[in-house]
Amino acid sequence: MQLGPAHPIPALCPDLQKSSELFTLTYGALVTQLCKDYENDEDVNKQLDKMGYNIGVRLIEDFLARSNVGRCHDFRETADVIAKVAFKMYLGITPSITNWSPAGDEFSLILENNPLVDFVELPDNHSSLIYSNLLCGVLRGALEMVQMAVEAKFVQDTLKGDGVTEIRMRFIRRIEDNLPAGEE
Amino acid sequence: MRTRGAGRLLGREGRRMADAVLFEFLHTEMVAELWAQDPDPGPGGQKMSLSVLEGMGFRVGQALGERLPRETLAFREELDALKFLCKDVWAAVFQKQMDSLRTNHQGTYVLQDHSFPLLIRMASGLQYLEEAPKPASPGACQPGGDNP
Repeated sequence: MQLGPAHPIPALCPDLQKSSELFTLTYGALVTQLCKDYENDEDVNKQLDKMGYNIGVRLIEDFLARSNVGRCHDFRETADVIAKVAFKMYLGITPSITNWSPAGDEFSLILENNPLVDFVELPDNHSSLIYSNLLCGVLRGALEMVQMAVEAKFVQDTLKGDGVTEIRMRFIRRIEDNLPAGEE
Repeated sequence: MRTRGAGRLLGREGRRMADAVLFEFLHTEMVAELWAQDPDPGPGGQKMSLSVLEGMGFRVGQALGERLPRETLAFREELDALKFLCKDVWAAVFQKQMDSLRTNHQGTYVLQDHSFPLLIRMASGLQYLEEAPKPASPGACQPGGDNP
């Protein structure tokens, strides 16, 4: 079979170059598939969290390399970096930071719009599904790699009719490097 | 808070690069997830996983295609559809165009990418993955048969 010479490939279609749609659409296909694979929403939520965690532990390196941010000295700095640098960089949005606990160990990220849910509607039989739960896993995994054990969970979700999407972040503890036995 | 250098990377180019990384990480995780789930480790199981992946890719491709203006997909001939795949679709997904497109002008096309981004990072454990999911499929690029 003879193939002719290579064809030159001319200029780019601008409508297709919005690459953030690809991530959103792919994420949607993933959630759809997980809903088929697992019988109940809780299992899907757990799976999304686990996958997010796996992504987070690797994404942090990419983030640190791209952003060049230095070490955060406290949870407030961490919150700023997450909202103003990380979210902006990867999802193109800047959530606001609110509802600090008096002890300074909990805060909320308020997302006016969540790019993951563009074009998404939750069907009635999936009312417990936390559609964007991957994000919680990513936050948890990424922060673990910089020595912070945190909990992240959705407390409001526009997909469920709330006015905004709110992720509650809670600092659990600092993760110390493992010391060899006998050096406590 | 030190954010030196963040500024220059948050411009449009920086965002596109970051988008690409997000997609790659998500894709790797999706493949790992499908592989781990499969009770049948033999070729039958692999085929299932691959067809699930391809199904997801097909839906994504369709959705992307649906968002384009009609004229974009109104190809006059098959070769135009392939060129669209090689430059526009490939660049949208992988930030680079296909390296070469050859055809015998009798319905056979060979598309070559010399540095396919989704396989470059693959760990050796996924060596049996012969086919990466195709985020765009021929379904997204059919010449419009129903011109108004």
